[in-house]
Formats: sequence, structure tokens, C-alpha cells
Amino acid sequence: MVAIAEKPREKRKIKRVSTPMPKQKPGIRRHNFSEVALGYTEEQAVAEAERCLQCPEPQCVSGCPVEIQIPAFIKLIKERKFEDAAKEVKKKNSLPAICGRVCPQEEQCQQQCVMGKAGDAISIGGLERFVADYEMEKGIKLPRKQRPTGRKVAVVGGGPAGLTAAANLASLGHEVVIFEALHKPGGVLVYGIPEFRLPKKIVAAEADYVQKLGVTLKPNALIGKLFTIAELFESGCDAIFIGTGAGLPRFLRLQGENLGGVYSANEFLIRVNLMKSYEFPEHDTPIRIGSKVAVIGGGNVAMDSARSALRLGAEQVSIIYRRSREEMPARREEIENAEEEGVIFKLLTNPKRFFGDEKGWVKQMECIEMRLGEPDESGRRRPIPLEGSEFLMDVDTVIIAVGRNPNPIIQRTTEGLKTTKRDTIIVDERTMQTSIAGVYAGGDIVTGEATVISAMGAGKAAAEAIHSYLMRKK
Amino acid sequence: MKLMYEIVLKKELAPRIKLFKVFSPEIAAKALPGQFVILILDEEGERIPLTIADYDSTEGTITFAFNEVGKTTMQLGCLDEGSRIPNIAGPLGNPSEIRRFGHVLCVGGGVMIAPLLLQVKALRKAGNKVTTVIGARKEDLLIFEEEMKEASHESYIATDDGSKGFRGLDFINELLDTQQYNRAIVMGPVFTMKTVSEMTRSFGVPTIVTLTPIMVDGMGMCGVCRVTVKGETKFACIDGPEFDGHQVDFEELVKRQRTFLPEERMSTLLWEKLGGGCHSRKA
Repeated sequence: MVAIAEKPREKRKIKRVSTPMPKQKPGIRRHNFSEVALGYTEEQAVAEAERCLQCPEPQCVSGCPVEIQIPAFIKLIKERKFEDAAKEVKKKNSLPAICGRVCPQEEQCQQQCVMGKAGDAISIGGLERFVADYEMEKGIKLPRKQRPTGRKVAVVGGGPAGLTAAANLASLGHEVVIFEALHKPGGVLVYGIPEFRLPKKIVAAEADYVQKLGVTLKPNALIGKLFTIAELFESGCDAIFIGTGAGLPRFLRLQGENLGGVYSANEFLIRVNLMKSYEFPEHDTPIRIGSKVAVIGGGNVAMDSARSALRLGAEQVSIIYRRSREEMPARREEIENAEEEGVIFKLLTNPKRFFGDEKGWVKQMECIEMRLGEPDESGRRRPIPLEGSEFLMDVDTVIIAVGRNPNPIIQRTTEGLKTTKRDTIIVDERTMQTSIAGVYAGGDIVTGEATVISAMGAGKAAAEAIHSYLMRKK
Repeated sequence: MKLMYEIVLKKELAPRIKLFKVFSPEIAAKALPGQFVILILDEEGERIPLTIADYDSTEGTITFAFNEVGKTTMQLGCLDEGSRIPNIAGPLGNPSEIRRFGHVLCVGGGVMIAPLLLQVKALRKAGNKVTTVIGARKEDLLIFEEEMKEASHESYIATDDGSKGFRGLDFINELLDTQQYNRAIVMGPVFTMKTVSEMTRSFGVPTIVTLTPIMVDGMGMCGVCRVTVKGETKFACIDGPEFDGHQVDFEELVKRQRTFLPEERMSTLLWEKLGGGCHSRKA
């Protein structure tokens, strides 16, 4: 008998805490529009990658709407093969520098991470951003082109859904044209999400990458007005993807809502982000911010608006939200960022009406306190007004961030396109085809306002469905 | 070969009022009376809406007129024939309702006389009798006087100072009193639209006004162009720009139009002081 010497098992040390990403300090960043999170250095990225257990059956991948092979790209980071890591990510995701910044990873891949059970989940978002930025700095390499299929696809809307669908379709060899209504591609990535969360040069670079894959971008083209869906078919398109998003601002329908100084979050953010009015007068589009700003709403758009208002020089910025902190739809990270920067949270509070001065500018807001009742159809506890708790608040700027509805122009101009009561486009869940053959839709225009990554997931799925439709079609 | 959005014709209609004809075959093919376009002049530029004053799908052009009142319009006025406007989006907004109404009273003021002429021609072609009134602050600011006379069955002129035609708009009351009108169209400054709408209301003449509030995207996304019509909030860009003049809250519209007046003044002043003007910015 041969005695097997028992080798002492090498004990692997588990680093329970994730490598923190460097950030601009709150006191400094609240005065500038530069990016808050600064990104990992190579050393930090490798250290974080080393925490990954490389699970044989990785749960994280199932949490990713575009199914990035997460352990594979993290392994490549560990081996310092950063460009290969970027390539691995890009097999599934054409816009990694964007997703690394704005995906709610804590509810997706990172929520599934095994490490999260014993400590912090791996900072997958931070690593995705690192490899994307690394590649961008080194110069992006294009994947080999597929042989042209001779099929032409029109993509309506150059936001996350449209860019993803276009990139995937072009990679499959189809001729793709994106029709973008605004003068720049990116959709909500350029008009909605602020510079300090997602620098516009990153969006421009990733949109540029999509064009380098062979996609043609046609800006200033509002489909429904310039061309109808039927006319796109007549002009030789074999299939159409509609990714027009949810960009129609909701208002509260309260007295005084049309006073000066009352902005929809969309107007406020379009001015600041798309039109760069934080650089007025160097940029022509003006914005006026008062000293006391109230932002109505508790989602990411409300946080973005509040934090932008601070950066524009407001003295006091309050978030007015009708439920409690628990029910806030914004990402935790964004709530914390806003709080660190000095945004005040007035929870369980709802506006009732706005009062203006003699020039028609808002000066006061009447609010009412709320309490929480039983859960409603959204699963969150229903806010109930506390009778007699009304109070007045001095404000000179109000930003209404209570959600956005689907853009309605395609629905109004396309015969035979079935929609819901909420004006979203109805698609077959499996094929993503609308009620019109060859017309597909995805993203917020189908689901109502949701996340960038879910729109990208839809764009990717639609691209696959369109591809098989085109290959079937003779 | 003409470039996309190339200026093919530039005309000075009156002091500080210019007209451009621009090569834009796709928009020209779809444009209809009542619609507008949005222009952007450069990377730092703002988005400005301008009502379409004419279109020709055969030659692939659209035409618009503008008043040089602020930085962007002054900068636009400096562009010459052969130069390009970088971005034009359109046609935006809903087209006018053009059909046979009977006798239509068309009232236009200032630069909006240009798009009104397009409507007058369309209404006449649709079989209407058209009476027009065009007005300006003073005689030398009147535009399309001859063209309007030719396009209408009957035409009148009004100036604020009485330098030509009637002084002020009061005489419209007499027109309404002496003739039967089935519809009125008013395009011009808010004051003109409001005044004429009040007159036609008492005569029970349905009246359509074209609203020009502040806009940014012009596609329904920002809501800055919201107006109150019959007590309801509407977006001029996607629900309009034409509305029932008897239902519009003009007071609110005027206040909202003035929202950024100080910023606009500053922008214009800076542009002029920092060497703006056509001499230094040849396109």
C-alpha cells in the first residue's frame, strides 16, 4: 500500500470586500459636470477580477439581459489580457462602455453573484467599464465582416435598443440604416442621462463603433413624418425595427404647472445634456435655475435632475416623493450619490398646486403629507394623503420627473400597428414581431419606461428574430 | 450637384426679414401647409422652429422666412446662397386643414405673412373665396404685399402706425360685420392672434391660430411648448401648431414665450460684442 501523503490543501483566501471604484469627492463633484465615478486602474481591475470564483455554472450570466460570458471576460482580466477581455464582452454587447456605467448591475448579474452571499458581489459593471475604456483608449478593433446578405433593415430610433439591433444586424451581414429623429445618435443616452454619469464622448464613441460596423446613420429623420413605415418598405427595406422609446413627458395636471420655472424632467435634461446648456452662453440653448429647486419623483430621472440642478448652481435641491425611501425606484447608488452631494429628501410628500408671481414665475408649492396604505397593483404600498397636513414650500424651480410615456408618432401614423391603451406597441413576446409582418419592436416603446440594458436586450433579441425572418424570406 | 440643406436662394423681404429657399428634397416631398422645420446651425447651436412658407417637390426645395431677432436668427441671416445649414428636421407638426369652407378670412402679421401666403394659395385652390389682411408695424416691414393681393379675392393692409392701409386692426370688425365668413385663419404675433380671435368670437366665425411657443426638440419630448387650450394642456409641436383661437389661453402663451428673454438678450449681445455679424462670419 502506498501511503498518499496528505498535501495540506492550499487555502484560498476569500476577499469579501470588493475593490472600491475611485470617485470624485462629493464636495467637489457637486460643482462640476465631469464624471463622478473615475473607473478602475489596471491594478484595481486585476485585484477585483481575482475575487471571481470562476463558478462552473455561473449564475451571473443568467442575470445579464444580453448574456455576456462574464466569468470568461473576468478571467482574461485576471490574466491581464485586457483587449481580449473587451473582445469577449463585445461578442454579446456592442455598447459596453455605456452598460458598464448605467446598467443596474446590482439587480442583474451582480445580484446573482455567489460571492454576494458571503460579502460583496464582484463589481462586474466596474470591470465591464474598465475593459471597454481600455479598448477605447488603445483603439477599437473591428470584428471581421460577414458576407453581405443583400437584405436591408431600417432601424427606427438610435437609442440603446436601436443601436444594439443595428450593430447585431450589421454583424450578420445585413445593410442597416438607423433613422434618428434628433441630430445626434444615442436617444436617452444623449438627451436623458447626464454627462457626470455617462460622458457624451463615450456615447459618441460607441455610436461611432456601430457605424464602423457598417451601419448608416440618418439623423434629423422623424419616422412617421419624414417617411412612414409603409414608405420605408416601398424604398426597399426588407424588415423594420422600431425602437422609438419612451420620451413623452408626463405631467401632474396640477394647477400652476404651466408657470415659468416649471420644467418637465425631459425638458430640463434635454437642455442640459443634449443641448449642453450648462455651457451657456458658449452653447446657445439657455437654462435658468433658481436657488430653491424641487424635483418631483423618486426615480433615476429625478436623481439625475436633482444632481444636475446642484451642478448648475442651485442652493437647495429637494426631492419630493410621495412614498418612502424603500419604494423609490431609483438605483441605491444614485440615491446615495445624490444624498452625499447634498440633495434633500422630502419623502411621503406630494405637491398639490403651484403658485406664481406677477410675471408668471413659480414661487411657491403647496404640498400634502402622505402615509402608506396597502400595496397597490405595482406591489408598492399605496400613498394616501393625510388630510389637513398641507403646507407651503418656497420654490423658484420645479422639475417634474414622474415618468415618461411612449413616443406616439409612429403609432399615430402607421395603419394596422396594434398598440395598448398606454400607447405601447404590441409584439409577439417570442418573435418580437408587431401586428405588421416584417415590423419588429423593442425597448421602452414596447415595455414602457424601463432600463437601458433591457432595451438593449430587446434590440439584440429582435435582431436575431429579424435575421431568421430575413433568412427564411425568399 | 446641390448639397443637402444648401441655401439655393436668399432674399431680403424687408429690413431684418429674410427668406431662404433650401435644397431638401425629402422634406419637400412630404411638407404640407401648416408644418414647420427645426434648424441647428452648428455644434453649439440651439434648435429653432420655423414655419414652412413654401415647398416644391419637383425642384426639391423648401422655403422659410425669419425675423432676425436673436443670435441664432442673426447668424442664420449671415449665411449666403451656396452654403449649407447643417441640420434640418421636418416636416414637423400637423398640416393645416385645407378644404372648401366657403369664405375664409386670412389675417397675417409680420414674418408669418410668408407661411400665410402658402395657406391662402392652398385655400383658394380648394375652392374658397379668400379675403386677406396683412399687417406690420410700419409700411417698410410689410412683406408679400403684391403676392398676397394676387392670391386673394380681396386684400387689405394694416399698419400699427397707419403708414400704409388701415391703422391697427379695428377695421376687421367692419369686415366681419359686412360679410359672411365661414372660417378665419390668423398667423402672426400673439397680440394679433388674440385680438382677431376676440373679434371673430363675437361673430361666431371659427378661427384657427398658429402658435409659436418656445420649442426644443419639436417632437413631443420636452413639453416646453405646452399651451392651454380649452383648459387642457396641449403640446404645440405634436398636437398643433394650429389650434382653435377661441380656446387658447393667450395670456399664458405670452408669459411662456418670455421665459428666457434675459438669456436670449444676453446671448445676442455677446454675439454682437464678440465680433458677431456677417462681416466676421462668412459661411
